[in-house]
Amino acid sequence: MAEAYRVAIVGSGPAGLSAAARAAQLGISHVLLEKTDHLSDTIYKYQKGKHVMATPSQLVLRSDCDFDAGKREAILDVWNRQASEQKINVRYHSEVVKIGGVAGAFTIALKGGAEIQAEAIVLAIGTQGNPNTLRVPGVETNTVQYQLDDPGEYVDEHITVIGSGDAGIENAVGLAADPEQRNTVTILNRSADFSRAKDANVKLLFSMRDAGRLTVMTDTAPNLLEEGFITLDTRDGVAKIPCNRVIARMGSAAPRKFIEECGIEFTSPDREAFPKLSPVFESTNAGIFVIGALAGYPLIKHCMNQGYDVIEFINGNRTLKPADEPILEGKFKDLPGRRGVEYWLEFLRDNVAILEELSPLQMREFMLDSDVHAVRKGEVVFERNAPGSSLFGIASGGVRIEIDPRDPTRAVPVRAGSVFGEVGLISGRRRGATVRASEDSILVEIPRNAALKLMASVPAAKRALARISVERQLLQIFGSGLGPGDLAEVVNSSEIKSVKAGETIMNEGEEGYDIYVIRTGSMIVEKTIGGKPVFLSYLPAGSYIGEMALIEGGKRTATVRAGIKSEVIKISGEAFKALLAKRPNLLEKARADMATRQDLNAFIEAKKDSFSGVVDMYSSVAGFLVQNGIGEATDVLLIDENLCVGCDNCEKACADSHEGLSRLDREAGRTYAHLHVPTSCRHCEHPHCMADCPPNAIHRGPDGEVFIDETCIGCGNCQRNCPYGVIRMDKVPPKKPSLLSWIFFGRGPGPGEPSKKWSYAHAKGGAEQPKKAIKCDMCSGIEGGPACVRACPTGAAIRVAPEAFLSVSRLERIEG
Amino acid sequence: MATRQLSRSALAGGTNHEGFLRHRNFRWLKIAGGLCLVSIVAYLLIDQKPHPNGGSAYGYTLGTIGALLILWLTMLGLRKRAMTRGRWSLKAWTSAHVYLGLSLIIVATLHTGFHFGWNVHTLAYVLMMIVILSGMYGITVYAALPRFLSNNREETTQTQMLDTLRSLDRQLHDAAQPLDAGAAELVRRSLEDNPFGGGLWQRLSGNYPKCPTRIAQLELRRMARGMRSSVGADPLEKVDMLLERKESALTLIRQHLRYKALLEVWLYIHIPVTFALIAALAAHIISVFFYW
Repeated sequence: MAEAYRVAIVGSGPAGLSAAARAAQLGISHVLLEKTDHLSDTIYKYQKGKHVMATPSQLVLRSDCDFDAGKREAILDVWNRQASEQKINVRYHSEVVKIGGVAGAFTIALKGGAEIQAEAIVLAIGTQGNPNTLRVPGVETNTVQYQLDDPGEYVDEHITVIGSGDAGIENAVGLAADPEQRNTVTILNRSADFSRAKDANVKLLFSMRDAGRLTVMTDTAPNLLEEGFITLDTRDGVAKIPCNRVIARMGSAAPRKFIEECGIEFTSPDREAFPKLSPVFESTNAGIFVIGALAGYPLIKHCMNQGYDVIEFINGNRTLKPADEPILEGKFKDLPGRRGVEYWLEFLRDNVAILEELSPLQMREFMLDSDVHAVRKGEVVFERNAPGSSLFGIASGGVRIEIDPRDPTRAVPVRAGSVFGEVGLISGRRRGATVRASEDSILVEIPRNAALKLMASVPAAKRALARISVERQLLQIFGSGLGPGDLAEVVNSSEIKSVKAGETIMNEGEEGYDIYVIRTGSMIVEKTIGGKPVFLSYLPAGSYIGEMALIEGGKRTATVRAGIKSEVIKISGEAFKALLAKRPNLLEKARADMATRQDLNAFIEAKKDSFSGVVDMYSSVAGFLVQNGIGEATDVLLIDENLCVGCDNCEKACADSHEGLSRLDREAGRTYAHLHVPTSCRHCEHPHCMADCPPNAIHRGPDGEVFIDETCIGCGNCQRNCPYGVIRMDKVPPKKPSLLSWIFFGRGPGPGEPSKKWSYAHAKGGAEQPKKAIKCDMCSGIEGGPACVRACPTGAAIRVAPEAFLSVSRLERIEG
Repeated sequence: MATRQLSRSALAGGTNHEGFLRHRNFRWLKIAGGLCLVSIVAYLLIDQKPHPNGGSAYGYTLGTIGALLILWLTMLGLRKRAMTRGRWSLKAWTSAHVYLGLSLIIVATLHTGFHFGWNVHTLAYVLMMIVILSGMYGITVYAALPRFLSNNREETTQTQMLDTLRSLDRQLHDAAQPLDAGAAELVRRSLEDNPFGGGLWQRLSGNYPKCPTRIAQLELRRMARGMRSSVGADPLEKVDMLLERKESALTLIRQHLRYKALLEVWLYIHIPVTFALIAALAAHIISVFFYW
C-alpha cells in the first residue's frame, strides 16, 4: 500500500519548506519531497558564505519559518532546526518522475519505483534545476559551467562570467574577492545596465571593478569559445580575451516538459513563460498548486509567503488576503467605485496590452513598484519638458499627445490598452510633448526600472513595447499626415536588428531595396573610390537610409556600417513601396531627401581626381572622430590646435559659469591632424551615465544636453559608467570674491577654478560638503550658449553636432 | 536625410569655424582699415593752421578717438575674465582688439602731426608703440606656434610629462644606490635639477647648456669606458638607460615650456606697458588742458 497524505509538497526550498511548516502547524497530514539529501538545494548550492538578501524590503514576511538577510549557512541552520522542531515530515532522496490521477487522488511516482498518494499537490520545485544554456560555437569542447559552489576552489585562472543577474554578479565578485587566488575575472552583460540585479550587488560589483579586481564589460556578448580564449562582440567591435573557464548564469526556465506532462498549461509558448495560475496558486490541473520561482517568483520572501498562503487555501481558508494586500489597498484607494484589490489587478491586466501575460502573482509584485492614477477629462498627465522617465499604460479612457507646443489642438490620440511615455525608457530625455486626458481615464504609471524589469522578464511585453515604439518612430520620421493605420503593414513587416560596431547593413553594388531606420546608435556611409573607402556622411539615430535603390531601382550606391553598436529597424521594401504608392506626399519627401544624397555622391565622384589627397585626409579625420565616440555624440567640443594657444580660458570660463568647477579638461584627450577632442561631455545619443543612476538624477534637456540635477547623491556610478571619463566627483568650492576686488585688491584666487588649498582654507565651517557628480550641461539656461566657446580668444574651441561636422561639405573648407 | 533637428548646431555656431584673424570674413580688418583711410584722407584734405598738430579740431578728434580706443582695448583683459551671460564672443573681441589696435599706429601718428620731443606727450606715444609692437609679436606667435605646441606634446598633458619625470627620478634614485660616491653625486645633481629652473633666456631658447642630466650621462659614460662591461648586470648601464630616458623626457617638457613661454612672454611687456601708457596718457591729456 502506497503512503497517502492530504498534501504532497514537491521541493523543499523556501516555498516548499514554508508550505510544509504551515501544514505541520495546522496538523494536516503532509509530506515534503526532496530529491537530494538536504533541504533547499538551491540555497545549499549558493556560494560558500554568500550573503542572502531579503528583498523586496516593503514586503511583510508571513511564514512559520524565519528568514532574514544573512549568511547562507546561518539561514540554512535556522531552517534545518525549525524543520525538525516543527516536525515537518521530510522525505529525502525522493525525486518525482510522474504525477497521475485527479484532484483528491493523485499518484506521485518517485524515482526508484515508490509511489505516494495525495489529495493535493504543491509544486515548489523552482527553476534552478533547468538553467539556460550558452549557445555559441565551442561550448561542447570547453569548460562551461552553470553553477559555482565554492569560488575558493579556483586559482590562477582566466574566468569569464556571463550573466547580468544576481547569480552572475555574486559569482564574479566571489571569484575575484581574494587577490591571493590570482584569478582574472571578467563579467559580461549583453545590455548596458544591470536592471535585473539587486542594487546592492550592482554597487558591490562596480566597487570591485574600480578597485581593479575584475573587469565589467557591458553591451558585450560571447561569440566563440576556443582553447584558452573567448571571442566577444563588444560595443566597439570584436575582442578576444584569455579564458580558461566560462561560468554562465543566464537565468533558468521551468522544466516545462515535466510540468506540462502533469497537465499544467503555460501562459504562452515562450521559453520563459510561467504556468497559468488562479489567484490561489491553483494550476489548470485542479488540485495541483504551483508556488515559488516556478510561478514566476524568484525572491525568497515571496516564496515563503506563498508557501504559507497555499496551505491556508488548500485548507479551505477563502478569506485569506495576501501579505502585501494593505500596500496594494493603499495604491488603489483613490480609484473610483470602491472595488477590491483583486478587481483592480485583473482590470489593469486585462486592459493594458503589455501586462497581459503577467500571472496574477507577477501582477501583484508589479503593482508594488508601480502606481495607478485616475485622471479627469482635460487633466494634464505630464507637461512637455518635464523631467520623468516612467512609462504609462492606459487601462481605460484615453489621452491626447500634443505634438505641437504652439497649437494644442494638434494632437495624436492614444486609446485604452496602449502605452505612452515610452521614449523615456530608451533615452532618458525629458518629456517631448504634453499629454492630456481626453476622457476620464485610469492610468498605470510604471517607473523606468520597473518597466525595464518587466521587459526583461516578460518577452511579450518587450515585443509589444518594441512594436509601439517602432510605430511611433516611423510616424515621427515619415510624419506628413500618416496615421497608425497607414503604417500597419510597414510595422508588421519590420524587424529590429542589432548591428555590431563595424558591421555593414548594406554594401555598395549589392542588390536589395529594404529600408533601414536607425533606432539607436549611429551609422557611417562610405563609398569606395580608387579602392579606398571614402567617408560620405554620418547618420545619427532617427535617420533612415536605403530609399535610393527603392525609388530609383538599381544597386546600392554606398556601404553603410555601424559606427557603434546600433539597432536598426529593417522595413521590407515591398511594404514601403505600397505605402509610397498610397501617399504621394511621402514619396515627394523621400525624393527630396534622396536628391541631397545624390548630389553628395555626384560631388564626391567629380572631386575624386582633383583632390584625392584631401578626400583621404577628410576620411581619416572622420575615422578618428568616430573612434573617439563622436559617433554617439549629439554635441561635442573640439579644439583646433592650429589656433589653440593653451591659455585654458575655456576651462576658467567653464568653472566661472558653473559654481567654480570646470567640467572640461582641455589638454587631455586625443588629437589627430591638429583636431583635438578634449575630455568633455559628448552628450551621447544613449548616455552611458544614465544607465545606473539610483536617484534617476540624469536627464536630457530640451537642447539635447545631458545634465545631472540637484538630487544627485554622489554615488559615482555615472562617473564609472562614462567611457570617456568626462564626469568628475567634487565638492562645490566656496564663493569667490568678485572679479573687480581680485583685480584691484588681489582678493581671492582670481578667475577659473580655485585651487584645492584655497577652497579648503575658505570652506564654510560646519558639516562636510558632500561630493557630487559634475559634468558639462552645455551651459543650458545661460544666455549666449556654451561658455567654453564664447571665452576662446582665438576661435580654437568649437562645438559641433556630428552630423553637421562629418559631412562632405567640409571638404571644400579643408581644401580652401 | 537626417531628421534630427539641426537647430542645435546653429545654436552652437556649428561649423562656422574661423580663427580670430579671419573672424566674420575679416570684419574688423575692414572697419579698422576704413578708420585709417578716413584719417589719412582727412589729414591730407583738411588744412590745419598753422601746421598739423594735436590742438586743431582734427587733432582733437583723432586724439579723442585714440584715447577712447586705448581705454576700450584695455578692457579686453576684463572681458576675458568676466564670464557674464550674453551673446558675446571673446574671439570677436580679440579680432577687434587686434585690428583696432593696429589702426592706432595711423590714428595716433596723425594725431601727433609728426611733432616729437622729450616730453610726456611723446612718452605716451612711444609707450603706445611699444605696446603695439609687442602685440604684433603676439599675433605672429599666436598664428605660428600653436601647431608646434600641439605636435610637440603629442596628446600628453603637462601633468603627465611631470609625472613621467617624477617616476624616472624615483627609478634613478633606486638604480643609483650601488654606484660609488663620484657617480652618485652626478646622479644626485640630476635629481635635484628643477625642470622649471633656469633663467628666462634658457626658457625662451630651449638651450640648457649646463643640464645636470646630460652632464651626468656624459661623465658616467666616460667612467664606464675605463671599466670592464658585464652586459646587463652593470648598475651603470641601468642608470645610463634611465638618464637617457630622462633626457628625452626633459627635452619634451622643455620644448613644451619653451613654446608656452614664447606664447606668453610678450604679455609681460604688453600689459605693464599698457598701464604705464594709460598713466602717461592721463598726464598728456591733463597737461594739454592745463596749458590750454
